[in-house]
Amino acid sequence: MVIHPILKSGLLLLIFTAFSVFFVTFTQERTKVQIKHNENQLLIKRLGELVSGYDNDILKDKFFRQTTLHGVRQKIGIYPAKKNNQVFAYLIEHTYPNGYNGNIRLLTGVGIDKKLLGVRVITHKETPGLGDKVELRKSDWIKQFSGLSLLNPNKNNWKVRSDGGVFDAFTGATITPRAIVTATYQILHKPCLLKPEDKVCLEYDNAPQ
Amino acid sequence: MEDYLKIAKNGLWDNNQALVALLGLCPLLAVTNNIVNAIGLGLATTFVLIASNTTVSIFRHHISKEVRIPIFVLLIAAFVTIVELLMQSYFYDLYLILGIFVPLIVTNCAILGRAEAFASKNSWDKSALDGLMMGLGFSLVLIILGAMRELVGGGTLFAQSSLLLGTLGESLSISVVDDYQGTLLAILPPGAFIGLGLIVAVKNFIDLKKP
Repeated sequence: MVIHPILKSGLLLLIFTAFSVFFVTFTQERTKVQIKHNENQLLIKRLGELVSGYDNDILKDKFFRQTTLHGVRQKIGIYPAKKNNQVFAYLIEHTYPNGYNGNIRLLTGVGIDKKLLGVRVITHKETPGLGDKVELRKSDWIKQFSGLSLLNPNKNNWKVRSDGGVFDAFTGATITPRAIVTATYQILHKPCLLKPEDKVCLEYDNAPQ
Repeated sequence: MEDYLKIAKNGLWDNNQALVALLGLCPLLAVTNNIVNAIGLGLATTFVLIASNTTVSIFRHHISKEVRIPIFVLLIAAFVTIVELLMQSYFYDLYLILGIFVPLIVTNCAILGRAEAFASKNSWDKSALDGLMMGLGFSLVLIILGAMRELVGGGTLFAQSSLLLGTLGESLSISVVDDYQGTLLAILPPGAFIGLGLIVAVKNFIDLKKP
C-alpha cells in the first residue's frame, strides 16, 4: 500500500504531537503537587517576614477586593492574619503602576492599630544595581517602614529626602524609592483599607471576619 | 574513537555555539549576571540539547524531509517544558531567578541547529555526545562570562549558590573584594556584550597563534 506523502507527513506530525503531549502531561501530573507546595512555601515565607504569631490558614483565608488604588482600578489580594479568630493584621498585595519601569508589585502589612508591619517588593522591573536595592536581598532599605504610621512621620515627611521628606533615596535612583514611599503612604491613607468594620467604605463586605 | 574526540573538540572549542556560531545570545547575555544563574541555564540547555539530539537521531529515518523542522521544534519545545516543570519542582528558587529564560531555551537556535546539522545525519550515540559537548561548550562560555560580570560588577563569586546547592552552597560564596562598590556597567546588558566580545577575541587570538 502506498501512502500519499502529504498523508504520511500529517500522520508523522500527529504521532510526534501525541508523543510530546503525553510526556509533557505526564511530567506536569507528577510535579503538580510539588510545584504548588513550593509556591505556597514561598508565599508563607514572604508573609512570615512581615507578620508572625497568626494561627489561621492564611493562604486559605485570602480574599480579593476590586478597588481603585494608586490611581488605577485593580484587584488587590488581602491576607488576614488572625489569632484566636481575631484579625490583628492585614497583608495587602497591590500594584503600584509608576515605578521607573512600570508596575511594582508590593506586599504591605498593616496592623489593626494602623501601624505598618513592613513592606516587601514581590516583583519589579527596576534597574539592576540601582533601583533594585528595594529588594531585601540587596539592601535593608525596605525594612525601615516597619512601625511607621500615618502620624509617624507626619504627612509632609512621607516623602523621599529630595522631595523634602525623611526617606533616603538611592544614588542614581530616586524614582523607585519614591514609588515605594508613595505606594506605602497611599495604603495607609486609604482609610477603607484600615477599617475592616466599615463595610460600605472598605468594600470589604465579603471579608471573612 | 577519533570521531568521538572530534565531536568533543568541535563542541567545546572549534565550533563552540556561543563563541563561533554566536547562537543563543538572548539567554546568554541575559542571565550571565553571576555564576549561579549561568550554571543553572547551562545545565538546562545541555539537558535539552542531549535529549533533543538523541530523540531526533533515533527517529531520523522516519522523519520525512518536508516536516522535519516542525517536528524538531515540537520535540525541543516538549523537552524545554519538561525541564521547566522539573526545575519548578526541584530548584524553585533558581527557577524564580531564571524565570522567563527557561522557556526561552526553545528559541536558542543552537538546539535546532544541532538537530538539523548533526543529529538528523548521525547515529544516536554520536548525537548524544554532540549534544553533551555543544551544551558543555555553551555552558562554559556562560560560566566564564558570569564569573567575569559577577567579579567586576559586584566583587563576589558564587553568590547565592545556595539556590542551586542548598545549604552546601552557602559556604561557597566568596567575597573577593571586600567593601567593593560594584561596577554597574558589568551587570547591565552592555557589560554582557563587552564581556562576550572579549571572550571571542581571546579565543580568536589563541586560534591565530596556532600554526
